[in-house]
Amino acid sequence: MDFITHLINGISLGSVYAIIALGYTMVYGIAKMLNFAHGDVIMVGSYIIFLLMSNVGVPAIPAVIISIIVCTTLGIVIEKIAYKPLRRATSLAVLITAIGVSYFLQNSSLLLFGSDPKVFSSVVNLPSIKLANGMINISSTTIVTVVVCILIMIALTLFIKKTKAGQAMLAVSEDKDAASLMGINANATISLTFAIGSGLAAIAGALFCSAYPSLSPYTGAMPGIKAFTAAVFGGIGSIPGALLGGILLGVIEILGRAYISSQLSDAIVFAVLIIVLLVRPTGILGKKLHEKV
Amino acid sequence: MALLEVKDLGISFGGLQAVSEFNISIKKGQLYGLIGPNGAGKTTVFNMLTGVYTPDCGSIVLDGVPITGKKTTYINQAGIARTFQNIRLFNDQTVLDNVKIGLHNQIKYNTFTSIVRLPKYFKSEKQMKEKAMELLKVFDLDKEADLLASNLPYGKQRKLEIARALATNPKLLLLDEPAAGMNPNETAELMDTIRFVRDNFDMTILLIEHDMKLVSGICEELTVLNFGKVLCQGYTKEVLEDTEVIKAYIGD
Amino acid sequence: MKNFFTNMKKSTKNHLITYAGIIVAYAIMQILCGTGVASNLIKGLLVPICVYSIVAIGLNLCVGILGELSLGHAGFMCIGAFTGALATKLLYDYIPSKILMFLIALVIGTFFAALFGFLIGIPVLRLKGDYLAIVTLAFGQIIINIINVLYIGKDEAGLHFAFSNPNAINMNEETGVWLINGAKGITKIPSISNFTIGVILLIVSLFIVYHLVDSRTGRAIMAIRDNRIAAESVGINITKYKMLAFTISAAIAGAGGVLYSHNLSTLTATTNNFGYNMSIMILVYVVLGGMGSFRGSIIATVILYMLPELLRGLSDYRMLFYAIILIGLMLFNWSPKAIVWRQKVLSLLPFGKKGEKGKVE
Repeated sequence: MDFITHLINGISLGSVYAIIALGYTMVYGIAKMLNFAHGDVIMVGSYIIFLLMSNVGVPAIPAVIISIIVCTTLGIVIEKIAYKPLRRATSLAVLITAIGVSYFLQNSSLLLFGSDPKVFSSVVNLPSIKLANGMINISSTTIVTVVVCILIMIALTLFIKKTKAGQAMLAVSEDKDAASLMGINANATISLTFAIGSGLAAIAGALFCSAYPSLSPYTGAMPGIKAFTAAVFGGIGSIPGALLGGILLGVIEILGRAYISSQLSDAIVFAVLIIVLLVRPTGILGKKLHEKV
Repeated sequence: MALLEVKDLGISFGGLQAVSEFNISIKKGQLYGLIGPNGAGKTTVFNMLTGVYTPDCGSIVLDGVPITGKKTTYINQAGIARTFQNIRLFNDQTVLDNVKIGLHNQIKYNTFTSIVRLPKYFKSEKQMKEKAMELLKVFDLDKEADLLASNLPYGKQRKLEIARALATNPKLLLLDEPAAGMNPNETAELMDTIRFVRDNFDMTILLIEHDMKLVSGICEELTVLNFGKVLCQGYTKEVLEDTEVIKAYIGD
Repeated sequence: MKNFFTNMKKSTKNHLITYAGIIVAYAIMQILCGTGVASNLIKGLLVPICVYSIVAIGLNLCVGILGELSLGHAGFMCIGAFTGALATKLLYDYIPSKILMFLIALVIGTFFAALFGFLIGIPVLRLKGDYLAIVTLAFGQIIINIINVLYIGKDEAGLHFAFSNPNAINMNEETGVWLINGAKGITKIPSISNFTIGVILLIVSLFIVYHLVDSRTGRAIMAIRDNRIAAESVGINITKYKMLAFTISAAIAGAGGVLYSHNLSTLTATTNNFGYNMSIMILVYVVLGGMGSFRGSIIATVILYMLPELLRGLSDYRMLFYAIILIGLMLFNWSPKAIVWRQKVLSLLPFGKKGEKGKVE
């Protein structure tokens, strides 16, 4: 019975990773860059919710919505100021800039909110569910996380398949210059991708901090790295890959922590990643790349 | 005996048969042309000959040594060097260094020698530089030796690629569209250079080319490829007068 | 003498300038320390600057010369630091000379870093680009994770090992001493490194990479970076040279680690000193110093490492400024508007253009 509890917790943590990984994967697919600051947007979003709920007394749902709006704006602004001028630069230059943005967000939060961890109160206030005569106890946060993740996946898939903007995203990710020649506004499309990714990061932040309620300026870094790993795991650039990679990673982490060693759970996660990449060098659902000679 | 003997070579990509039943036999010292419309599979043949692609079937024998399915590095050491349709130089290195890299397996010394700078390092480097400059002179590139390869004009980049390939001391040289993007004067000059290389380096050359003036001017024999199959094979003059070949190029 | 210099190869001249620069900087710092002008704060930065310069040189060999992005080089530094410090802990009482002890630790630390570089390189170098980056990052994290659950103790019966559970070590509690105590790391490491050793190590590292790059081997490595397919077509053994460059690069990072650990009395493995944070910090030095330019790596390390310390006057704001400077530098270097502006300014200045791209300085 413990196993089922762990499994469900794993899926829940994995769902958070999946939501964050979506942000990585979409930005990577479209702008071909690793947005190292993505994890820190999660942290910013969580602080906003924390401040609104604890200091102002805003209820959970409006607080999350405001956080999404702020993060979306933040994503667009970061892209405009730091990444857009570097569109033609080498990928390493963009990577370093992203690291700079990450430092910037961490340290401005440090100045604004201090370094001591804040206790984040869950945005989900529902009773937990007991199954099998109370032997399996699932918190409401866990359930909500999984449900939200599924809803986001469906919405995003529909958005990309059914809307003009979604199709434009696909086109830009395939070939930016060709898409521009076809009359697609590539810059606006990239902005939109950053906006969606950052909005998702706000949701992920709310869910992550509800499950792990300690909030500090460095809260976003580790889930960010893990979600990036999840994105690579599933095949970076692929949306179903992000979901699959995220969930697998979460489950492996929780099960590893429960059954092998709590200290080694990160090592286990990374070891699995390495094995997967050795067998499938572009991730589970990644496309095989051929170089034309 | 032929220098290059290819039998029944074939490859397909995801259900598309790119090349099939490809046979060719090239004698030592020959200047041989591989022609055909775009997409006929000419570069694919080159890629199979040099180990970039592994053929599904067939055999390649170079100077009595079977090289089918071997790695590119091995095949080069066995004696096939090539140039590329879309020029592939080491752009961030000098013209001289590009040729020196071509000499990688000709003049050798190990990593330890280079770090500690044993006398052998200086001796080999001097030898390498002389050999490289000699080659550059053949292609009239010696004055540009210290330029970055990417700063050379297009025509000279093509020449540098040939010089680099020759530096590996091959038995067979494959040239993939050497005259692409050249004006008539440059092409005429290139024809002279190719003949010079054949005569002075004792080289066997197989080339892909669309420029019919170049093909008819220097190639002794031709193979025409169409839709991945050999359409016609033989002496240049006869092949170019073949009605099937004309049809493949111009249409009915 | 004049002839000697004019006849010299351009690259050799460049190398000499770098060596001379380091020696001059070293002499100045020695004078400043000797006369008491340099504060203790500055003195404390000298060895770390050597450490990070050395690691940056190693990483530059991997990123700039081989062209593979590694986010795990701090992991190799970690291996060098721990194996080197462990050797010193074990042998310190038996080796009479501190210099000899450091040399032994250096050889051991460098060897193990190279060994791990080799072993990790076998799978990693089959991958490309960002995938390679994430796997090196993963390896770096795994190394830290494992060191944090590793327990090694010594008593009269010999060495004892335990993994994950310190109570399982089975060591004599009275006489036994911890060599590596899990997350608490290695304590009481004899301080046998100093600024002079650091500078010598830095010069030796430079000597190795300069000579490596300007040789048949180095050209083969750069050929792979510039065009893998063309490199294969001229008969270069891709795997061999990739492995060689990666292993040497890891070994140099390990040597930096040995210097690092012998400058501290307590050595622990955390994300900040050996994890991706550190790998990324060193990558920043390499990229800002210029890919493939070892001199640039050193200059960037010195400036960027000192910067937060010099910004100490700004107290809490210093890391924020550091971040802004980092972003600003990248925008200044790469943004099309900045490039146009720079060209305008440069054309107004009397002296010449910037150095050639791709040259190893």
